[in-house]
Amino acid sequence: MEVKKPVIKSIPYSDFKDNETLEEIVKELHEGGVNVVVGSLDEAINWGRSNSLWSLTFATSCCGIEFMAVGCARYDFARFGFEVTRNSPRQADLIMCAGTITHKMAPVMKRLYDQMAEPKYVVAVGGCAISGGPFKSSYHVVNGIEEIVPVDVFVPGCPPRPEAILYGMMQLQRKVKVEKFFGGANHKEKKPIVVTGNVDEAKLKEAEEALAKAENNQ
Amino acid sequence: MKLENKQFELKDFASEMAKLKNDKHFDFLVTIVGEDFGEEGLGSVYILENTDTHERISVKAVNSDRDNACIPTVSNLWKGAEILEREVYDFYGIKFLGNKDMRRLYLRSDFQGYPFRKDYDMSPENNRYTLEDDPEPDYTVEYTLDKHGKLTETQHKLFTDDDYVINIGPQHPATHGVLRLQTILNGEEIRKIYPHCGYIHRGIEKMCESYTYPQTLALTDRLDYLSAMMNRHALCSVVEEAMGVELTDRIKYIRTIMDELQRLDSHLLFYSCCAQDLGGLTPFIYGMRDREQVLNCMEETTGGRLIQNYYRIGGCQADIDPNFVKNVKNLCTYIKPMFKEYEDVFTGNIILRNRFNGVGVLNCEDAISYGCTGGTGRAAGWANDVRKNHPYDMYGQVDFDQVVLSKGDCMDRYLVRMEEMKQSVRIIEQLIDNIPAGDFYIKQKPIIKVPEGSWYTSCEGSRGEIGVYLRSDGGKNPLRLKFRPMGLPLVSAMDEICRGEKIGDLIAIGATLDYVIPDIDR
Repeated sequence: MEVKKPVIKSIPYSDFKDNETLEEIVKELHEGGVNVVVGSLDEAINWGRSNSLWSLTFATSCCGIEFMAVGCARYDFARFGFEVTRNSPRQADLIMCAGTITHKMAPVMKRLYDQMAEPKYVVAVGGCAISGGPFKSSYHVVNGIEEIVPVDVFVPGCPPRPEAILYGMMQLQRKVKVEKFFGGANHKEKKPIVVTGNVDEAKLKEAEEALAKAENNQ
Repeated sequence: MKLENKQFELKDFASEMAKLKNDKHFDFLVTIVGEDFGEEGLGSVYILENTDTHERISVKAVNSDRDNACIPTVSNLWKGAEILEREVYDFYGIKFLGNKDMRRLYLRSDFQGYPFRKDYDMSPENNRYTLEDDPEPDYTVEYTLDKHGKLTETQHKLFTDDDYVINIGPQHPATHGVLRLQTILNGEEIRKIYPHCGYIHRGIEKMCESYTYPQTLALTDRLDYLSAMMNRHALCSVVEEAMGVELTDRIKYIRTIMDELQRLDSHLLFYSCCAQDLGGLTPFIYGMRDREQVLNCMEETTGGRLIQNYYRIGGCQADIDPNFVKNVKNLCTYIKPMFKEYEDVFTGNIILRNRFNGVGVLNCEDAISYGCTGGTGRAAGWANDVRKNHPYDMYGQVDFDQVVLSKGDCMDRYLVRMEEMKQSVRIIEQLIDNIPAGDFYIKQKPIIKVPEGSWYTSCEGSRGEIGVYLRSDGGKNPLRLKFRPMGLPLVSAMDEICRGEKIGDLIAIGATLDYVIPDIDR
């Protein structure tokens, strides 16, 4: 039985960035062979799981406010099934790390991750969670949470716009959809999906050319 | 203001400070700044205010013995000094003689060294993190000098064997970030709270010392992200004051309007979160909905939603958007009926009234003693608005009321902020129609150098006085840059406010104090 390409209603498959990672996961599954019964069950379960991703409210700094904004009227992530945020790690599917992790917070973060039930995911929101961001040179900041926990999706920005957070969550949905739920979860993927935001490639190129031109003139 | 530091001998220090407080009525300790004066030794600078005349002075105390630096405490004079002295101890290793609680405040208790000293090694090899739990001591240390002048150590237990202790935080939705409150309970009643800070201590002040002045600006917005504009305003002001830059009227108008928009944004978020903490989801959605309208106005000019990075030394990053005036006027007409709606939905609610009225009282005297500025102090009857007491930019010329209430309970703290939003709209409406023409930026030299000396300037942030202390040696980096945290006095007063209240009310009290943790920890 074949694992289908993950479908997100609002954005066509080709518009997503970094489809190669997902295709690799699918290829890996095919090589192992997928049982029809288990495969169909997987599909049904993953459909349910991907549309009800409950995140732990884990906001340490600025990005947390943007996370709240995504939950509210204008952006409203309830449309995608993320509306339930849990305050206990026992009830959460994913930990959305919104903010800087300092040396004092690192053991707490690790413990929260360990307390969550499998299958669990980590979304690193904002520059600080990805690499230490503007505080990289500080004596008290962890340079990226990937040193502590495995990360599934990176959402860059300082702080990322709500649209970027939504896009990152959709990427996570796609990842969940191609997963093998039975017989060992395969979601511990080494290479994470990198969200580069809603950048218009053509315009970016145009701007780069203009910049290069201006430099030449000088 | 430029600081002309008074310096007292260490042996007379305690009595001289007591004289300043009792005879000259300097009853508000604005902040204590730890300092590494190099060869002169380690020391601290105290900034004091007379709450009647609003006169400010600064006092300097230095101890030349770097290994065993100690200074007499002032925590017996000002209650807020206890936690401020802990901060200085944490960063500089200065022991305050007679302070009952000399534990580390921000860093882990097994942290080696004192990071803010100039000779501290910042290299990553020296600063590794561990995933082991912090081995916290269950006692505090008090240092005193015995009669031979030798430093002695006394330990005080934090808990007795019968105490029932609950940890609230660091991962708790109602602490508005990563604050940990170690609470001792007697049944449902709170007996004592030990706040633990530092879970988001990012070392911003230390980083600033190695940055040039324009570079330091980038970090201020991330301190208290809900008063991003004001933080940056305070830092820009202190550098501009030190350099003697005269701003055009246009810059002053824009900055005043932007500050007030930011205050509106912050107080709307306060309203939302306050409602959510008490379990009301509808006001939360309403408040956040209208906050987006405010953000729209700012975003068109600044390009950012939360972190705007708009001011710079000598003016603003860019001129205001052509539609800015129109948008802000639309916002004002939109938001005024909404205030009525908030009152209908939430303020009159019987559950809210029962949970807020008479709960968590902070009286005026304590508010001053702890240095609880902003809405918390004004709810207790202390008129502490920096905009009125030390007017800057256009605030001296616009007409607005300082909202001062008297009871100091949760209800008053809530009402102060609801009323302040109306005042913000009033200020904006007076200014928006007549923004004068002129430059939005006064060109500065490519490398900004500040003359030698020390300065302190403050602005009224969303939740208190945000002040910046700057000491420069004439170079392109600051020697010391210290931000007066708005939230730290609020957290230190938590114990006083909550004592005798029920554990359930802790959430309501925390919600109305409205602290933002990255601002406390820096």
